Amino acid sequence: MSLVTRSLTTIARPLAPAAQGRGFRLPRRLPILPLLIAGVITLPILLLAAELLTPKLDLWAELWSTVLPRMLGNTLLLMAGVGAGTLVIGTGLAWLVTAHQFPGRAFFDRALLLPLAMPAFIMGFVFMSLFDYAGPVQTAWRSLFGRSAPFPDIHAGGGAIIVMTLVLYPYVYMLARSAFREQASVTLEAARALGCGQTRAFWRIAIPMARPSLAAGAALALMEAMTDFATVRFFSFPTISEGVVRLWEGRMDRVAATELASLLMILALALLLVERQLRGRARYHQQGGKGRRPVRIALKGRRAWGAFAICALVLFAAFVLPVGQLILWAISEIDGHVPGTWETVYGQYVGNTFALAGIAAVLTVGVALLLAHSGRIWKSRLVSGLTRLSTMGYALPGSVIAAGVLLTIAPVDHQLNDWFGTGLLLTGSIVGLMYAYVVRFMAVAHKSVESSMDKVKPSMDEAARTLGARPLDILRRIQAPLVANGVLAALILVFVDAMKELPATLLLRPFGMDTLGIWAYMLAAESFWQAASIPALTIVAVGLIPVIILMRTGDRA
Amino acid sequence: MLTKTATHTLECAHLVKRYGAQTVLHGVDLHVRDGQIVALLGPSGCGKTTTLRLIAGFELPDEGRILIGGRVITDRDTAVPVEQRQVGMVFQEYALFPHLNIADNISFGLRGTAREKAARVAEMMSLVGLAGLEKRMPHELSGGQQQRVALARALAPQPHVLLLDEPFSNLDTALRAQVRSEVKAILREAGITCVLVTHDQEEALSLADEIAVMFDGQIAQKADAQTLYQRPATRAVATFVGEANFLPATADGDRADCALGTIPLQEASHGAVSLMLRPEQLRLTMDGEGAWAIVRWREFYGHDQRVGIVLDSGETLVARTDGSAHFVIDEMVRVRLDGSARAFPESAT
Repeated sequence: MSLVTRSLTTIARPLAPAAQGRGFRLPRRLPILPLLIAGVITLPILLLAAELLTPKLDLWAELWSTVLPRMLGNTLLLMAGVGAGTLVIGTGLAWLVTAHQFPGRAFFDRALLLPLAMPAFIMGFVFMSLFDYAGPVQTAWRSLFGRSAPFPDIHAGGGAIIVMTLVLYPYVYMLARSAFREQASVTLEAARALGCGQTRAFWRIAIPMARPSLAAGAALALMEAMTDFATVRFFSFPTISEGVVRLWEGRMDRVAATELASLLMILALALLLVERQLRGRARYHQQGGKGRRPVRIALKGRRAWGAFAICALVLFAAFVLPVGQLILWAISEIDGHVPGTWETVYGQYVGNTFALAGIAAVLTVGVALLLAHSGRIWKSRLVSGLTRLSTMGYALPGSVIAAGVLLTIAPVDHQLNDWFGTGLLLTGSIVGLMYAYVVRFMAVAHKSVESSMDKVKPSMDEAARTLGARPLDILRRIQAPLVANGVLAALILVFVDAMKELPATLLLRPFGMDTLGIWAYMLAAESFWQAASIPALTIVAVGLIPVIILMRTGDRA
Repeated sequence: MLTKTATHTLECAHLVKRYGAQTVLHGVDLHVRDGQIVALLGPSGCGKTTTLRLIAGFELPDEGRILIGGRVITDRDTAVPVEQRQVGMVFQEYALFPHLNIADNISFGLRGTAREKAARVAEMMSLVGLAGLEKRMPHELSGGQQQRVALARALAPQPHVLLLDEPFSNLDTALRAQVRSEVKAILREAGITCVLVTHDQEEALSLADEIAVMFDGQIAQKADAQTLYQRPATRAVATFVGEANFLPATADGDRADCALGTIPLQEASHGAVSLMLRPEQLRLTMDGEGAWAIVRWREFYGHDQRVGIVLDSGETLVARTDGSAHFVIDEMVRVRLDGSARAFPESAT
């Protein structure tokens, strides 16, 4: 509601009685609302950073002598592997579909985004079941080549890297594709006129110009890889993120988990910094040639079918195979269904999931609206700085945010309990989890809301007023309808992200408040593949909604 | 087709506007007769857009008053809200509502029954020549079409005064002249009192009945196009509207002595003056009479040409002559003046 009144005062200000005092100027006010939002959102991060200032040395020594070196090494290996993998696959596919013509190109152009609907851990357990020693692939392998035929060890990290690369390459693909599309055809034509072949044009023109987008895409993929704990756990490849969850959930050692989370935060912030550097330094604007699509090179014969095969293989491995396997499992689970098993809890978990994700979406988008509106009113460097602070949670792993949120609300909880005897009012309820969701998903909501608000130019308000519209009319007839689409998109994005989120949900959910994600993960961790397929498929189905929206609007974006 | 009853003169008296310590309008007086089109012409930052926004009511002046049809809409005690002023406005970027189709955009400001609105929308669509495009969305139209929709939307509620803020600056140069004449025809047909803001002199000269040239928050001169060109009030106006040569001279009554000889003046003057000579007033010949000059450069345009010459006294002048004469660079020509010159006192430049 305060948003509404704010809008009204902004519009009405020039004619308010106070404004008639000539030369009236607004006093320099502090942007209280954005300060408050940024404060609340950064508090968990700041408190976690403060932990670093008082390191528990004996704890670190113990960690260092036991699991830490391996976790750190695994984390770095995972980042390197997923970074390289997503860059190669994402950029390569993007170049293939934007600069070439081959059978199925238009289909693959969009379909290659489909893996975005699949959380890494779901893909992880499907691949684990398929390629493990007892799985169908290795069994077939042994029956073909004998008992002792060598098969690569999927537990050595390679498995986790491959799975995450397949799930996360769309981030790079999506941004590289739009970067390649925006590159004016004249630039590539100029290169060609200077004697540059297609391959050289790719390396010398297309890649350097797309570098900011490639960096952003790879960074997004790495952030997702960093937050994951389930996939690496399935593949027995413990990373720091996995360590935080294991210490917290498994050993109930929140102190050690918090210490470890602060280390993970450093890694995440370092990644954010590198990405900002790579992206911020260069922003290439294209001169001329706008609106003209680059001329695609028609591939012929074997090369055309090669391009088709590459796209088909990636799509098969990253989407068709895992979804197909899930569907097969789900069918056999429903066929051989024992009454009184999963259907008794399914409804309840769906209810939990939709309630949590729904509340998270409304909360996050509500705060994002306030933040974006403040940005429009103040238009100062302070406020844009605060906005950037408020939206950096997307870069932080869920377990880091969970640790920070607990550090923030636990003292408040104790204080409230001392005063009112409320028990675990905050930590025992969904408050902590909602807090973590708002921090983590603020960026996605804010971006969508802000870009829809940018569509409402000040001159539109003014035009409406010259046509006789009063402030409330403007809000109802101009601003609300223009912002509605962006708000809806933000709600969907946050809803789906919250539904797919695993670590923060696992660590902060109130007792007994299990979601589809938690349920699928628990079953998969116990190798109940068939049972896990039902919640997993539900998640993938809902996750497809924003991907389909993205695929349909992708051409215009 | 468009009925008008009351007269809608616009009167701005001594408008002063300050932003903090900076004064952007220093007492602007502007009178626009009923049905007249007046252009506010000036370089960016001269205060022309501020004047327009004061008339619309988006901002209030620190001093002065504004009347429409004799009724005060802004003064020390009055500030009629924008939405009650019945002032139509066409914005530089058109500001069409992107979520409404063309018909809904045009009917946005209309009151009355659905049938009345539909009739008015149809009337406006045919006025601006867009009949049949009612269901299109703004982004599906070309720039020129969007501009006409913005015009139709502003005219639909029958405003007393129409304001146009740089209406053609978003159009391609090729399209501009055509759209300009279309808009002029529409405005003539509507017979509406109109204020147009522009920094493009060609736009102002071709569209407006009268042009108010603004510099530094003041109106330097308000006159019809021909007067403005032939009898500019100040040196600045002379330079801004068209091309001008200036030559130092000594005036004595209706004549002045300068490097070109003795020249007749438009108005009597005395002492040190600066003469304003339009390039087409300078006649260049190979023989005959006039002062000697050397040809320095030449730009040939076909139907005419610009020739840069240097007088013996070292003064550089630009002449514009028809395209038939052939001038050779670094050769001597004779220059004489056609008609009379305008003299500005040297101290008051």
